[in-house]
Amino acid sequence: MKDRTKYFAYPYVLWIIIFIVFPSFLVLLYSMTTKESNGLTTIQFTLENFKKFFNPLYINILWDSIYLAAISTVICLLLGYPAAYIISKAHLSKRNTLLFLCILPMWMNMLLRTYAWMTILGNNGIINNLLSFLGLPTFNMLYTRGATVMGMVYNFLPFMILPVYTALSKMDIGILEAADDLGANKYVKFRKIILPLSMPGVISGIIMVFMPAVSTFIIPQLLGGNKNMMIGNLIEKLFILNGDWNFGSSISIIMMIIILIAMSIMNKFDVDKEGGARLW
Amino acid sequence: MDNAIIQLNNITKKFDGEIVLDDINLSVKKNEFVTLLGPSGCGKTTTLRIIGGFETPDEGEVYFDGNLINDVPPFKRQLNTVFQKYALFPHMNVFENIAFGLRINKMDEKLITNKVEKMLELFNLKNYGKRRIDQLSGGQQQRIAIARALVNEPKVLLLDEPLGALDLKLRKEMQHELKAMQKQIGITFIYVTHDQEEALTMSDTIVVMNDGIIQQMGTPIDIYNEPENAFVADFIGESNILNGVMHDDYLVEFLGKKFDCVDIGFGRGEEVDVVIRPEDLDLTPKGEGKLEGVVKSVTFKGVHYEMDIMVNDYEFLVHSTDMAPVGETVGLTLTPDDIHIMEKGD
Repeated sequence: MKDRTKYFAYPYVLWIIIFIVFPSFLVLLYSMTTKESNGLTTIQFTLENFKKFFNPLYINILWDSIYLAAISTVICLLLGYPAAYIISKAHLSKRNTLLFLCILPMWMNMLLRTYAWMTILGNNGIINNLLSFLGLPTFNMLYTRGATVMGMVYNFLPFMILPVYTALSKMDIGILEAADDLGANKYVKFRKIILPLSMPGVISGIIMVFMPAVSTFIIPQLLGGNKNMMIGNLIEKLFILNGDWNFGSSISIIMMIIILIAMSIMNKFDVDKEGGARLW
Repeated sequence: MDNAIIQLNNITKKFDGEIVLDDINLSVKKNEFVTLLGPSGCGKTTTLRIIGGFETPDEGEVYFDGNLINDVPPFKRQLNTVFQKYALFPHMNVFENIAFGLRINKMDEKLITNKVEKMLELFNLKNYGKRRIDQLSGGQQQRIAIARALVNEPKVLLLDEPLGALDLKLRKEMQHELKAMQKQIGITFIYVTHDQEEALTMSDTIVVMNDGIIQQMGTPIDIYNEPENAFVADFIGESNILNGVMHDDYLVEFLGKKFDCVDIGFGRGEEVDVVIRPEDLDLTPKGEGKLEGVVKSVTFKGVHYEMDIMVNDYEFLVHSTDMAPVGETVGLTLTPDDIHIMEKGD
């Protein structure tokens, strides 16, 4: 008898074609055509959109986005790994509460969460009010690169904690006892056993933080102000303000290529193929 | 006491208020092969983990070579463990797994290579050094787990059911290999198993445990031939256990008949357990045995037949090279030596 369960996949395949494959193809098409192409009859192919991007103005925005996203990812890793480690070592009854507290902010709308930071960091915000109340000098925190990084770390930290926690908590206790047994003190045990075995989780975490961070536009817009534009803001501006869909599409395609390259590099480090990088 | 390498004094351990080990006293001599034997949940693995340092006893002392080691963490103890599920490091190859303990001791790289190669050779794993752990069979992983522990030349090797996951043939091979190796390199083995045959084959001393209590300690021959109570008799080999009454020294009654036996020191009229090994019962033609019964079932076991024979209302298990067909009435004989009298358990 033929296996008919594959038919259950068809609605999803259709979904992918309509909402993922087709739009991606459209983005690619827009990126390679001129603004004057209004229909199949007037279509004109060009690489001008890509060429336009290699202008120091835009390249700088790209590097800046990668730089800020990378910094946020590193901070998320430095904060998230110890947090995940502590949660995984906590008593079972406390563990779920701690995990819940990590996820709880994610239930709130991202826009609201980011607005909240504006009222905290603003010139008349909570921190500065507190400082002036204490008679200390106030300073400008909002609309800086630091505020953008802060916002990204805050929003994406759970995406680092969860995969690292999963990797740590599914680690075989027998393996850790074997390391004890063979004479490893807790530092050696961490360096030689726990850290390498949690790498798949770390790689998943890096991918899940870096990808949304590098392309976010809401956080730099609200917390970074106009001076600190990221690539996401550029794309948004081109589509919404300038109506230049072609140039916007070409930048999107460039971003996709950069992310693909980054993923394939990560793939090299993920020996066990357990992290999210295997998707690539 | 003087040449005891491991000494447990009055060890008690509770998990969630439930007593797992109840006042365990155990002394293991240098170069001895000691087996902790018992059904699952009897406390044998907990005893091993207390020696290894992975559990701390609630009460009692653990001595290693005369030194109290209750508060010494596992990584500072001069013993190594072979874990039930091997617990090999999945991110390291075979060589690195075996070298792990040596690397931690900051041994010279040349010496490490030397020792690891020697181990690989000893375990028939030459040229396997570069293999990943998941590319190996269960038997190979098992040998690497032992090699990883042995390469550190511990004074005591703890083994927690190391052969449990192997098939019968491989298990038998490994039993002999392990025993030979233990004699050859001369270190103390403390071995945990629930397999009584394995225990009888390999051990110098068997410690039979049940309900967190040591039931009997002795050589395999002693344990088999002179079980101290019905539990040991039943757990080590198969047994017929009957209710009996001692009438006098050397005289016991069961199944309505009086038998000569070799046991003394029980009270007159004391109720006792009578243990008879299945292979000690001999078949005779009808009318010639002291007991008479009907054959209920016969199973051919290769070397012998296994028969259930109903005598009055007790079903005897009999192992014999003779056979009687189902439904036939046969006689059963036994000598005074074959009757083991034990105090009634609870």
